[in-house]
Amino acid sequence: MFESFDATLLARIQFAFTVSFHIIFPAFSIGLASYLAVLEALWLWKKDQVYMDLFNFWKTIFAVAFGMGVVSGIVMSYQFGTNWSVFSDKAGPIIGPLMGYEVLTAFFLEAGFLGVMLFGLHRVGPKLHFLATFMVAFGTLISATWILAVNSWMQTPAGFGMNEAGQFIPLDWWKVIFNPSFPYRLVHMVLAAYLTTAFVVGAVGAWHLLKNTAPRRSRTMFSMAMWMATIVAPIQIFAGDAHGLNTLEHQPAKVMAMEGHYQSHPDGAPLILFGLPNSAEKRVDYAIEIPKLSSLILKHDLNAPLAGLDTIPDNLHPPVVVVFWSFRVMVGIGFAMLGIGLWSLWCRYRGTLDSSDWLHRAAVLMGPAGFVAVLAGWITTEVGRQPYTIYGQLLTADSISPIAAPAVALSLIAFIIVYFLVFGAGTFYILRLMKRLPRDPMPDLDDGPIRTSGIMPGPATGHAHGSAHHGH
Amino acid sequence: MAIDLPFIWAAIIAFAVLAYVILDGFDLGIGILFPFFPEKRDRDVMMNSVAPVWDGNETWLVLGGGGLLAVFPLAYSIILPALYAPIIAMLLGLIFRGVAFEYRWRTKRGEFLWNWAFAGGSMLAAFSQGIALGALVQGIPVVNRAYAGAWWDWLTPFSIATGFAILIGYALLGSTWLIMRTTGELAEKARRIALRTCFATVAAMGIVSLWTPFLRPIYLERWFSWPTAIFSVIVPVLVLGCFALLLTGIRSKRDAQPFLAALSLFVLGFAGIGISFYPYMVPPSVTIWDAAAPDSSLAFLLWGAAFLVPIILIYTGYAYWVFRGKIDPEEGYH
Ligand code: HDD
Ligand code: HEM
Ligand code: HEM
Repeated sequence: MFESFDATLLARIQFAFTVSFHIIFPAFSIGLASYLAVLEALWLWKKDQVYMDLFNFWKTIFAVAFGMGVVSGIVMSYQFGTNWSVFSDKAGPIIGPLMGYEVLTAFFLEAGFLGVMLFGLHRVGPKLHFLATFMVAFGTLISATWILAVNSWMQTPAGFGMNEAGQFIPLDWWKVIFNPSFPYRLVHMVLAAYLTTAFVVGAVGAWHLLKNTAPRRSRTMFSMAMWMATIVAPIQIFAGDAHGLNTLEHQPAKVMAMEGHYQSHPDGAPLILFGLPNSAEKRVDYAIEIPKLSSLILKHDLNAPLAGLDTIPDNLHPPVVVVFWSFRVMVGIGFAMLGIGLWSLWCRYRGTLDSSDWLHRAAVLMGPAGFVAVLAGWITTEVGRQPYTIYGQLLTADSISPIAAPAVALSLIAFIIVYFLVFGAGTFYILRLMKRLPRDPMPDLDDGPIRTSGIMPGPATGHAHGSAHHGH
Repeated sequence: MAIDLPFIWAAIIAFAVLAYVILDGFDLGIGILFPFFPEKRDRDVMMNSVAPVWDGNETWLVLGGGGLLAVFPLAYSIILPALYAPIIAMLLGLIFRGVAFEYRWRTKRGEFLWNWAFAGGSMLAAFSQGIALGALVQGIPVVNRAYAGAWWDWLTPFSIATGFAILIGYALLGSTWLIMRTTGELAEKARRIALRTCFATVAAMGIVSLWTPFLRPIYLERWFSWPTAIFSVIVPVLVLGCFALLLTGIRSKRDAQPFLAALSLFVLGFAGIGISFYPYMVPPSVTIWDAAAPDSSLAFLLWGAAFLVPIILIYTGYAYWVFRGKIDPEEGYH
């Protein structure tokens, strides 16, 4: 199956495959860690058991998702060397220290406090336990900051020079880290993680509201999630727009691909809503377009000229079709999220937030939407950067390891099999945990011998766990 | 006199790798020992004894790898392609055992699967690490800043021997950890296993040490010429000392002694390898200074490391402290 593929293409597929799996888990665990910290804070503050119950319910799910994030992340950090060794040698002096800081400031913090957070409540008491939860949440955000600085530097490199060995060397660390696209990407990604989590929590709440399993807890989580959607979705659309304008300035070819602008438009470019990009003919077939709107969005002027891919040599075009579609998927989901947010606001105002079956069904349907949007967003970003790994500086084709295609092919096959098995099983367990919200009223949380020990097998405080064992 | 940043960094990376080997060593060891403890009860306790700390232990691996990329990018970009297959195998092994910590509690019907994943994944990871070590000691051909060998070069009798050596050594760490953390039948069984694995470990260390000098003349020279030859006397003597402490610890009731002695064995083995390697990062041709990133990169990260590594050690120590003491099997499982 892989005979006709060269090592570069295989390595690209492998990177895309493994990182796409990886990003799914952080997108969820960044948001969920913050949500858990909020729940525990509310519990400490209001002393309402419902928050502790929710905390325990989501903590178990968090533990599974976090574990998957960790193991898939370790693969990423070694893959730079196995498959992209030339890139690593050249860019290591810049991206390496940033990732080093990620390990030192974030990964150790998360890992050090995770054990206390999952198993330690009865050993350290509520206050220190909250500190541990907070540290884990904080760690996920620090981690996102560093890795996004790395990725953004690859998109919009700044503050570097070259040495005789052909390596990128840092000249100004401040410029390296705060490179032009970093602030936009950080805001957009963290909001994306929060939205993704909000929609998962909302879907679980809505599902249990529909089933009427545990009205009090499902209502609380559903309401919290819908507030997030109402508030964060519009901010995200705004942040995305700003991000796009920044990209137009620094990576114009990417925006041309997103917009499907093969040709330049000297007096006002249309916004192509849908159509079939045809790279061979350099046009978008069956385009449905709104005249001049693209110029209005990107240049804030109906008649502003907008350059197209015709201004860029063919061999430096990113793959238009992929970027064009993935961008539309993300934006479509962004507006759908906004829709749910507004709808829930309306229901809240009418007092039907807990009883509107249609809203609940829609929320269940939108549960996975965040993941799809995150993947679509990253595909837009990364494929739009092609044919470079370091935009304008280092071609993907010149980044690859001197490694034989069969080795890459074999490892790719192994990753595909293992990831689908392992992460498939994990997803199945998570879904099952989500389904098992114990009924109201709940049995006393502190019964059983498990929690007194503090050394609990798995994050066992949750009832979800108990029922997972006694369930069959 | 300018500060020799590459040298400092080589020491830090060596520390990270050593921390990884001894910390993840014992929790991989728990996985390796799983097949010898078929009782679910025992397995629950064994897993619980490492569940709160394994993620932190594994983070040292990320620091070793990420640190190498940051400060010795050339070494990173030579070693990883050269050891392609063992690295991928290690990663896959770590995936299986890592997720088993959670999955195992999420299913009754599938529990046996995740027991296998835990044991198999731990063995695969340990064995691959041993192979990688052996392949590195053997030496890696480099031309023009890139790996110049074929993709099976890592596979030799020597690397297979080091693979088994690490497997056995981790099993020793795991069993002595169990002596320290568990009680009753389980601890007794761990003692019996520790007794056997400690003989096997020392034997394996002996075989590998005698084999190494014959791989490359430089190692021979290092170990049998003045003044480094002093170490050829000191290290084996210390190894025998640790061995004696191990044996008496296993027999006596000083439950922490075997674990500490086993850790010291690993430190000595590691020091031995360090002595052979110095000043090379990738034997036989790339030295620490060849591989180092520019000083601006090294200095930038050194500030952080100097400040953060002590803090990390403190809160990691705290996490161990929270979960200290013997695990009571009556409390700790379902
Ligand atoms: C630290 C750097 C970094 C980060 C944070 C990401 N990537 Fe990336 N990505 C790369 C560094 C990189 C790379 C090393 O530069 C690759 C490998 C081959 C290439 O062309 O760029 C790449 C390629 C690459 C490709 C293949 C593009 C192509 O070959 O056409 C896809 C689809 C993604 N990535 C997707 C993602 C996703 C979903 C990410 C979300 C986490 C992500 N990347 C984060
Ligand atoms: C190619 C790029 C990436 C690499 C090399 C990488 C590397 C890693 C590694 C090694 C871990 C495990 C840490 C541990 O042992 O605890 C990890 C986990 C994590 N990563 Fe990534 N990562 C990448 C992309 C990203 C991105 C883009 C984000 C978010 C914006 C992210 C956020 C996280 C978070 C929050 C964790 C903690 C575990 C979890 O939440 O599931 N990573 N990553
Ligand atoms: C409708 C509103 C949205 C707009 C206009 C928008 C715009 C953009 C743009 C232009 C990029 C590419 C930036 C670049 O590569 O330079 C991007 C990337 C991305 N988007 Fe969106 N986006 C929107 C909604 C969303 C939503 C709802 C999510 C997820 C819940 C999301 C997640 C992402 C992610 C994860 C990336 C990749 C990381 C990055 O480059 O920031 N976006 N978005």
